[in-house]
Amino acid sequence: MSDLAGFFAMGGYGAFVWLSYGVTLMILVLVWAASVRRLKRNERALAEMEARR
Amino acid sequence: MKRLDWFANPARFLRLARAVQPWATGIALTAAAAGLYLGLFASPPDYQQGESVRIMYVHVPAAWMALFCYTALAVASAVALIWKHPLADLAARATAPVGAAFTFLALLTGSLWGKPMWGTWWVWDARLTSVLVLLFLYLGYIALNGAFDDPARGAKASAVLALVGFVNVPIVKFSVDWWNTLHQPASVLRAGGPAIHESMFAPLLLMALAFKAYFVWVLLIRIRAEIAAGKIRAARLRASGDAAP
Repeated sequence: MSDLAGFFAMGGYGAFVWLSYGVTLMILVLVWAASVRRLKRNERALAEMEARR
Repeated sequence: MKRLDWFANPARFLRLARAVQPWATGIALTAAAAGLYLGLFASPPDYQQGESVRIMYVHVPAAWMALFCYTALAVASAVALIWKHPLADLAARATAPVGAAFTFLALLTGSLWGKPMWGTWWVWDARLTSVLVLLFLYLGYIALNGAFDDPARGAKASAVLALVGFVNVPIVKFSVDWWNTLHQPASVLRAGGPAIHESMFAPLLLMALAFKAYFVWVLLIRIRAEIAAGKIRAARLRASGDAAP
């Protein structure tokens, strides 16, 4: 258990290390999700336009 | 030019994108898993920086991608301006926000490393300042690209900005050699080979590969979205043309 605590403490730099990794993961996931959402929305709109024609 | 023409066909590009995308996804996730394992568990703490050195495994790949994406943005802009390549405008527009995100992450993680190691979140040295300029170039590109009612005019104006701003890329890269910066000089892409032990080099390269594959993955999604948006615009123009007497 203290091994795990030691791992998260990162020799006293835990806050800096985990914030770096956390924000990086968060932003990369957000950019990916926004891109997928945009693609889905555009493809749906295009399909509706083509169905109406 | 022949090869460029081949890519200009959106239907062909879409087929290629669908074939490449699962590979990019797989490489990004696999390399990230291996890189995180080596970077966070298996690699040793640095003899000077202690455990804070692990920030390097996200900071350096993000900074490399910040420069790589801007180079891609400038190349796509040049191709769009010179050859009027229909996909180049879309590729440039799709690249800019991803590059801006990497640049922001490089600045943020650098700051999170600088506080415990340098004792400050920020200094106005040549490396940090030129990367901040890089972020503003990305944001300026995005703003200018969307500032016109006619997307073609926005694409042209922002492409010129992207090309002019490219002078900043060598300044970022060589700032640590040209000026006396607090930021350390290059340890990997330097004359004489990498000055970094393989136990730290392996997670760094894996994370760099993961970021590169992530970029390809997300870029393909974004270009597909742009192609669909272009088709919608064209269909609307046709529809309004039909409705007019």
